[in-house]
Amino acid sequence: MGYLFAAYTVIWVLLSGYIYSLHSKQKQLFKEIEQLKSRIESDTG
Amino acid sequence: MPDSKASKILFVLTFVCMIVALYLAFLYAPVEATQGEVYRILFFHVPSAWVAFLAFGVTCFCSVAFLMKKDLKWDRIASSSAEIGLLLCTITLITGSIWAKSEWGIWWAWDARLTTTLILWLIYLSYAMLRGYIDVETKRAYLSSVVGIIGFIDVLIVYGSIRWWRTQHPQPVIGGGDESGLAPAMLFTLLFCVGTFTLLFFTLLRSKIELQKASEEVDYFHKVLAQK
Repeated sequence: MGYLFAAYTVIWVLLSGYIYSLHSKQKQLFKEIEQLKSRIESDTG
Repeated sequence: MPDSKASKILFVLTFVCMIVALYLAFLYAPVEATQGEVYRILFFHVPSAWVAFLAFGVTCFCSVAFLMKKDLKWDRIASSSAEIGLLLCTITLITGSIWAKSEWGIWWAWDARLTTTLILWLIYLSYAMLRGYIDVETKRAYLSSVVGIIGFIDVLIVYGSIRWWRTQHPQPVIGGGDESGLAPAMLFTLLFCVGTFTLLFFTLLRSKIELQKASEEVDYFHKVLAQK
């Protein structure tokens, strides 16, 4: 049972870690896009 | 994480399927006569391997499409798919190693299946590293397309390895001849898990492509600001 538990733990840790990394990158990029857009708007306005 | 409504639906559907897959793998499928409970690693080990092959197949197809059409959208799909394939290949290698320790008493054997799978993992790790080192977009796309196409040859070798050579790794559980096959409940569970992993692949691929588009948008806005 220990090996089975270890295998499924590895699977969930890797999948969750990957999804979390995608989520944080996406959050960071959307924030950057908003900041850049407002900078461009303030420069042109 | 998902931004669009379609992505949200895909994520919820994948999550529900994952829960059902876990139920089938742990409660529905019967205990295996010789291995006992540990054989349940099969239900996530085999799908992760098959879907990694699918991911590398998508990378190969999109790399060919990029070289023919010179459209960077194909490179975006190819690189996203390769990254997810690398993740699934990592899961395959680690879960396989844990299963090997339980059944063979060793973590690793240099047999044809295991070695060619490790080579496959190294090829796509090199693919990811190559992309990280090259800043010029088109040069990066051209070079990684070549690696993406050549790398797929190893997928075919990994697939054939347990059919062509005598290996410590077991023979195929499906389509491996008269001695292969699974009990109906085990087969159903395995096929459901393959379907779930395929859905997971497309969900992650969609998210990764959206992320790459957002990254390109950031680069574009930086260029606009630099020109002012």
